[in-house]
Amino acid sequence: MIAFILRRLAVAIPTLLVLVIISFILMKLAPGNPFIGEKTVPQAVLDNIYARYGLDKPEWQQLLEYVYNVVFRFDFGPSFQYRDRTVNDIIAQGFPVTFTYGAWAFLVATLVGVALGVVAAVRQNSWLDYLSVGFTVGAQVIPNFVMAPILVLVFTLWLRWLPGGGWNNGNWTNVIMPVIALATSYLASIARITRSSMLEVLGSNYIRTARAKGLPNWQVIFGHALRPALLPVVSYLGPVFVGMVTGSVVIDLYFSTGGIGQAFVNSALNRDYSTILGITILLGALTIAANLVVDILYAWIDPKIQL
Amino acid sequence: MKNNKIVGAVALAAALLGATMLSGPSFAANVPADAKLASEQVFKYRVLDNINAIDPQIVEDVDTSSVVRSLFEGLYNSGADGEPVPGTAESYTVNADNTVYTFKIRDTAKWSNGDPVTAGDFVYAWQRAVDPATASNYAYFVGLVGVVNADDIVAGKTPVTDLGVKAIDDKTLEVTLGFSSPWFIRTLSHATLFPAPKAVIEAKGIDWTKAENIVSNGAYTLTENTPGERVVAKRNPNYWDNEHTVIEEVQWLTINDENQGLTRWRAGEVDQTDVPAGQYPALEAELPNETYSVPQFCTYYFSVNMTDKQPNPALADVKVREALSLAIDRDVIVNGVLQGGQLAAYSFTHPLTAGFTVPEIPASKMTQAERDAKAVELMTAAGYGKDKPLTINYIYNTSEAHKKIATVVSQMWQEKLGVTLNLADMEFQTLLDTRHSKTYELARNAWCGDYNEASTFLSLLDSKSEQNDQGYANADVDKWLGESKTAADPNVQYTEIEAQAVKDVPIMPIYFYAKVFMQKTNVKGWPFDDVEQNWYAKDLYKVAE
Amino acid sequence: MLADRRIDTLAGAKAAPVVVVATKGRSLWMDAGRRFMRNRAALISLIVLLAVVVFTIVGPLLARWSIEKIDWSVMGAVLTKGNPSIATGHYFGTDEVGRDLYSRVIQGTQISLLVGIVGSLIAVLVGTIYGAIAGYFGGRLDSVMMRLVDIIYSIPYMFILILLLIIFGRSFIMLFVGIGLVSWLGMSRVVRGQTMTLRNREFVEAAVATGSKPLAVIFRHIVPNLLGIVVIYATLLIPEMILLESFISFLGLGVQEPNTSLGALISEGARTMQYGTIWQLAFPLAFFVVILFTFFFVGDGLRDALDPKDR
Repeated sequence: MIAFILRRLAVAIPTLLVLVIISFILMKLAPGNPFIGEKTVPQAVLDNIYARYGLDKPEWQQLLEYVYNVVFRFDFGPSFQYRDRTVNDIIAQGFPVTFTYGAWAFLVATLVGVALGVVAAVRQNSWLDYLSVGFTVGAQVIPNFVMAPILVLVFTLWLRWLPGGGWNNGNWTNVIMPVIALATSYLASIARITRSSMLEVLGSNYIRTARAKGLPNWQVIFGHALRPALLPVVSYLGPVFVGMVTGSVVIDLYFSTGGIGQAFVNSALNRDYSTILGITILLGALTIAANLVVDILYAWIDPKIQL
Repeated sequence: MKNNKIVGAVALAAALLGATMLSGPSFAANVPADAKLASEQVFKYRVLDNINAIDPQIVEDVDTSSVVRSLFEGLYNSGADGEPVPGTAESYTVNADNTVYTFKIRDTAKWSNGDPVTAGDFVYAWQRAVDPATASNYAYFVGLVGVVNADDIVAGKTPVTDLGVKAIDDKTLEVTLGFSSPWFIRTLSHATLFPAPKAVIEAKGIDWTKAENIVSNGAYTLTENTPGERVVAKRNPNYWDNEHTVIEEVQWLTINDENQGLTRWRAGEVDQTDVPAGQYPALEAELPNETYSVPQFCTYYFSVNMTDKQPNPALADVKVREALSLAIDRDVIVNGVLQGGQLAAYSFTHPLTAGFTVPEIPASKMTQAERDAKAVELMTAAGYGKDKPLTINYIYNTSEAHKKIATVVSQMWQEKLGVTLNLADMEFQTLLDTRHSKTYELARNAWCGDYNEASTFLSLLDSKSEQNDQGYANADVDKWLGESKTAADPNVQYTEIEAQAVKDVPIMPIYFYAKVFMQKTNVKGWPFDDVEQNWYAKDLYKVAE
Repeated sequence: MLADRRIDTLAGAKAAPVVVVATKGRSLWMDAGRRFMRNRAALISLIVLLAVVVFTIVGPLLARWSIEKIDWSVMGAVLTKGNPSIATGHYFGTDEVGRDLYSRVIQGTQISLLVGIVGSLIAVLVGTIYGAIAGYFGGRLDSVMMRLVDIIYSIPYMFILILLLIIFGRSFIMLFVGIGLVSWLGMSRVVRGQTMTLRNREFVEAAVATGSKPLAVIFRHIVPNLLGIVVIYATLLIPEMILLESFISFLGLGVQEPNTSLGALISEGARTMQYGTIWQLAFPLAFFVVILFTFFFVGDGLRDALDPKDR
């Protein structure tokens, strides 16, 4: 296990490096400039700005210096768009927000989704089953940028139960709607996968044997069927993670949470080079970590798999 | 000012609420004696994008400026009607030819940490603005308004200490201008010319604007700044006019989607938000006391590439340009698409600019049918028409509102002149880049005035101006612009310049903006008559329901 | 019990006249087809999907407005004059600018379907070849190829997509390239796994033993056996592609005006929801949901048909 983790980490480093280089190149290719606003700036001023941010050095030198700063000093550099903050500031402020509602959404989607799928499979063809299938397919096809405004209309304007946005340092009333909007479609797809996987497992021979031996139903389900049924779900968790990171952009935009997702899109649109690179590295590292966790979970569930 | 959202243009002040009770120039919230104040004095204002750097010498966009205006204060402020009123300076004297201004700074003016505000703070701030090391985008502003040597310092030719601003003593500031400027006082409400706390900046560097470090001399101090979510400012008890401030706390909430903003305004979470495009008539009918449309100091127009890099030879012909401009039915755009009380524009400079006289423009007096006829006539004379169709490429930045206008204009040109307009939308940064490189044919553009005087618009038509996206060069215009710098009344030249621009059609003006917004009825003190819409939180107050 | 039945059958058979009927062979595909037809949900979904496609072809004939013509009479009064009606020819109503929603929804559907199918096709082509090669050769090559996939997987693709769209401008080609770039990864993993299972089968051994070159083995023996799983995966990939495109449109980076996609129409409609012009959201969303639904059920049905397990 340790060897496996170390091996993966060893691959992670060049991966991140490649990530940085690709992002750097793509960014420099994009037309536009973080310092040009609606009012054209005189060339003399522009030259000053470039000198201040080191943009007048040759590109390869900029890249090398950047990598050095990140690796040895954990310094992601100043933001080009917000002149009074550094990228570290932006990440330090935005990441906990996204992580909070993201983690909750992940938990809710996984736990509730699996539960729903198990119930539907166990009570196959009952009204419970049809209801859950209907709900899951329905929820999976509504994009979250349609769901978000609907949630706000219902819960903020009509019912006045929840605030329509803001974060308030993680006040629980501000967390609920982002979590619902983000989790719903993944909850649905996890439930579907769980249900079909569970059905498959429940029809297999060894389950029949367990029942024949007289084991109570709940022991059959939770002791024998659940673990193997979860395999496809676990391998799906990787894409769920990636999807939630993408979805967080919509959540941040609608609910004004101040999270990383909108900081990311904003910096791309405003050509804030350093912030783009910083957040990319962060997300890349997270994705690698998430994939690692998924692989370990997979091995834990299926004893046949050697890491 | 940087203003990339589409807000409407001008509406007539007549229809506006009579509820504001500000008579004459006021220093701060002028609460009438019989008004009953609400117990909670918190003002929540919705902004479209994240608030940027809250550093007075660096700030660029309109919304961040409103934050800086609440935290800091300049020599003179903008009053309820847009005319200058004393701020940190209590008075000024000026020499005969309007080139040397001397300001007397209040004895009671203090920073939020108790230190007195001195003339030296202004000298430090203005030097900082032009200092190449600061690398401010607005460094050119100091030279634009006329302070001597500013442009040379920005270019690195002379040291910062040569700037035409001097502290005679702690409470007296002397400013020397490079040309005669009777309107200099109007420029002082712009953030670039606000004072800066030297000790804090030198101690904290880039972190000085963080809530725990910042020291400011305005009516409020910064307590929270969370990009993407909100900015919060609370009352500054050391402000010299603190006893007149009523609002205790101001919040700027970032709500990216304007429809979401309206929903949260209805739910009472925001006190003021912009009206989503096209919704003004419905909202005005539903909530007439809470829906407002006031003139805003910006012009929306199409830029024509007037350089020899213009890819489309047809656009080099003034007849074609004039025909295209005539064929745009501005009334349909203003009344059908925007519907926010904007005004159709046939000229560049905003008509409400102080002192400016709009020249005679024949097109503005014709009916649309007459304009269309003239347009067809001009087009045919130029050799184009439905039998010999013209194709033009138009670029604009991605936004629902710009898209609507572009679509509408393309249909108009197609039906009336047989012109095919290819629409290409792109992100804002890419548009700026393309406009700057002057390789486009026709581009969307907008300009907001920085100070209430016509040169803030007309200086764009200077062939040497960096802001001249069109690359327009007319010797007479340049001559008049030069003359206006020494004339006793520059408005004479301004009118001539405007008339020339109407003839040459380097731009096709479309409409003048209006600020169209929803405001809760218990909010009072808003400067509805200020065309620049420079609002100060210290002038607002909330009455009990 | 079983023995009794057999005896009964035999007894019954004795009584009936013996008729020799040449039995027609049933291929695996025909078996799958029959299983699919028996799956009612999948069958209905397939029919609905085909109906939608037919509608996008036939629908424009009934349209009275083009996708970009503005109805000036509606301008400024969309709530009252822009609602769906047969009389004005705006069967689905108009959008905020006064353009006919019926034509636009049809075009949007065409584009969204195209995006989904092309994206899926790219995934199939690139992913299958890549995964088959990696899985067949194994060892070092496989290791390197899969590492590459892992690396690309960890790149936040949304960001790369945004940058690509910014750099190269927005066009159909760019959209397809962008979406295709991210879609083949999953496919290659699945194909690789399946190939590794297949290469140990006897027919592959036989092919190698008789001297077939590796590439020939891959393309003539392995790939045809992969078709089942590839088809399933591809069908399930299409809704994801359509959802991805809708997200890109939401960000404002989708197809250029005056063309539109369902994603763009839905985000516009979602914005004006609260003003009463519900049709602007309802019609595109209905088509969107129906298409996704049907693809899901068809995909599930295909999986059940091509990969049956005891239930």
